[in-house]
Amino acid sequence: MRRMVLFALFALLTSVIHSVNAGVADTIAERVKPCTVCHGPEGRSGPDAYYPRLAGKPRGYLYNQLRNFREGRRYYRPMALLIENLSDEYLNEMAAYFSSLSVPYPAVRGMLDEARTQTARRLVTLGDPGKDIPSCMACHGKALMGIAPDIPGLLGLPADYINAQFGAWRVGSRHAQAPDCMAEIAKRVTAVEASAISAWLAIQPVPDHARPDSRSDALPLKCGNISGRADQ
Amino acid sequence: MKRAATIFVATIAVIAIAAIFNAKQSNRHISTHQTDSSPTQPGRGEYLARAGNCIGCHTAQGGRDYAGGRKLPTPFGTFYTPNITPDRETGIGSWTSDDFWAALHNGESPDGRMLYPTFPYTEYTKVTREDSDAIFLYLRSVPAVIQRSPAHEVGFPYNVRPLLYVWRALYFRPGVYEPEPAQGAEWNRGAYLVQGLGHCNACHGNRNALGATRGAALGGGQIAGLNWYAPSLVSRTEAGTADWQVDDIVKLLATGIASRGVASGPMAEVVRASLQYLTANDLRAIAVYLKSLPENTAAIAAPLPETSDDMRKQFARGAAVYEKNCEDCHGSSGEGAPAAYPALAANRGVTMRSPLNSIRSVLNGGYPPSTAGNPRPYGMPPFAQSLSGDEIAAVLSYVRNAWGNRASFVSTLEVERSRGAGY
Repeated sequence: MRRMVLFALFALLTSVIHSVNAGVADTIAERVKPCTVCHGPEGRSGPDAYYPRLAGKPRGYLYNQLRNFREGRRYYRPMALLIENLSDEYLNEMAAYFSSLSVPYPAVRGMLDEARTQTARRLVTLGDPGKDIPSCMACHGKALMGIAPDIPGLLGLPADYINAQFGAWRVGSRHAQAPDCMAEIAKRVTAVEASAISAWLAIQPVPDHARPDSRSDALPLKCGNISGRADQ
Repeated sequence: MKRAATIFVATIAVIAIAAIFNAKQSNRHISTHQTDSSPTQPGRGEYLARAGNCIGCHTAQGGRDYAGGRKLPTPFGTFYTPNITPDRETGIGSWTSDDFWAALHNGESPDGRMLYPTFPYTEYTKVTREDSDAIFLYLRSVPAVIQRSPAHEVGFPYNVRPLLYVWRALYFRPGVYEPEPAQGAEWNRGAYLVQGLGHCNACHGNRNALGATRGAALGGGQIAGLNWYAPSLVSRTEAGTADWQVDDIVKLLATGIASRGVASGPMAEVVRASLQYLTANDLRAIAVYLKSLPENTAAIAAPLPETSDDMRKQFARGAAVYEKNCEDCHGSSGEGAPAAYPALAANRGVTMRSPLNSIRSVLNGGYPPSTAGNPRPYGMPPFAQSLSGDEIAAVLSYVRNAWGNRASFVSTLEVERSRGAGY
């Protein structure tokens, strides 16, 4: 008899819970719908948009950026307003979700003149030792797809978005936890160089299923955002 | 000229009288409470500081807890909240519990200056000396942070602090909450929390041109300096709870979401930083008190104008925008999805007289707060980037008048005024 009562109670409870969520998927994909209005379905916005792609980026990087927006180290009002009352745990879950997505990158279009191509290629692969500028590849990986969990990839992003980040570091409106290595480097790069790098990165094709690298050599600078954790 | 001089002299006289009146009043209060120094524990003080949401204003975005520096825009200028950590130079490390009491109860700083009522001592004055001491003891125990807040950016005449004596004479009566003998202990506890530490009326009250709350308490009002409307808690057309179940009110306050409402904007912050930490008994007491408040019908809207051809066109355009952007979550009949997406049909947040919060929700989207009871809330996307002002005005006019809803139409101008407006 007691078991029957318990069973009835359990059945009632589960049916109540079920009816509460009728029609709405109890998934993280459903919960990040507010993000994908701008960042594209599955977080895959293409190089013709302003909003950066989220799919497949390293989890730690995405999580740090979410916290930076919420805490005002990175300034973009729509982001800050959207996530201002969300917990660290929840933001981390969102970051892990977008990081786990493996959706093909759209084909890139566009051309770049020879002079700007050379400027960009030199800085991306070799840097400028005279001005103490490390190459992009030194930190973001030979394939420029980033290093898990904290260093973002640089390919498949809109040129305007990358260029705007250079500007934000230079004027001090984008920050990371100290020491803020990208802000230091960006201040050594001229506006012309930054624009060439941004334009060049945006037209590089991205191989299907390209993922952040997991192996990391010693970084040329100390960065506050790099945790050194070996997870994804 | 002679007239100007007379006005000047009269003003000074008023200030002087008000000053004497205030000084007398504050002396009286300090002398009655000086001997009352019951022992308190930091745990209790921490709880009470949560209930008062001290951390909410006294912490800057991304800043250290209680170290101040949060910018408070108001119609009178921009204020920066002070550091209330125990640092001696930049915080309140040199204060005594009497100093803290004078600030909380009487709006007076230890250097004798009057505090601006942006610090809601108009509400905190109802807090008992015992609770004030407990909060002070707790604040003594938080990590000291060396951080000086920027000076307030307040122009003439509001930068003339002695004028606060006049303001206080007009609008401030210090006094600890006096229990209502006709009501039970639970109701009185709720009233104490709502009127005192909770300082609900600081946002949910209507303010006059000098920033003093007026009219029925909790009657709703535009939040000073914030582009949000705090709905009336005593009107059935806004956020009154007379016909709610107590449990639903408790759920909304504890988790940020209940079957009949969702906390958004500044209220989401209050739930996240303060209310979710209150005990079930205290939340129940608050709910019992709020539910009991007599209804104020002043906020009930005047009859709406006849529907014109233009309005019919806007309604049809709004329906199309709704189908494309909103229906997926809120349903084809505005029925919503329980515990995830609010119903828009018969939703007072949608139909209340001020469309401001709805405009903000469509422009900026948002999530209810992450709370222990609702750690992974579903959210609303921002549409400022993808919809024009015309489209947002049309869809809101539609939502406010579809499925049995009835409210004024929203104009493009009203939408554009909120686009890019501050917090």
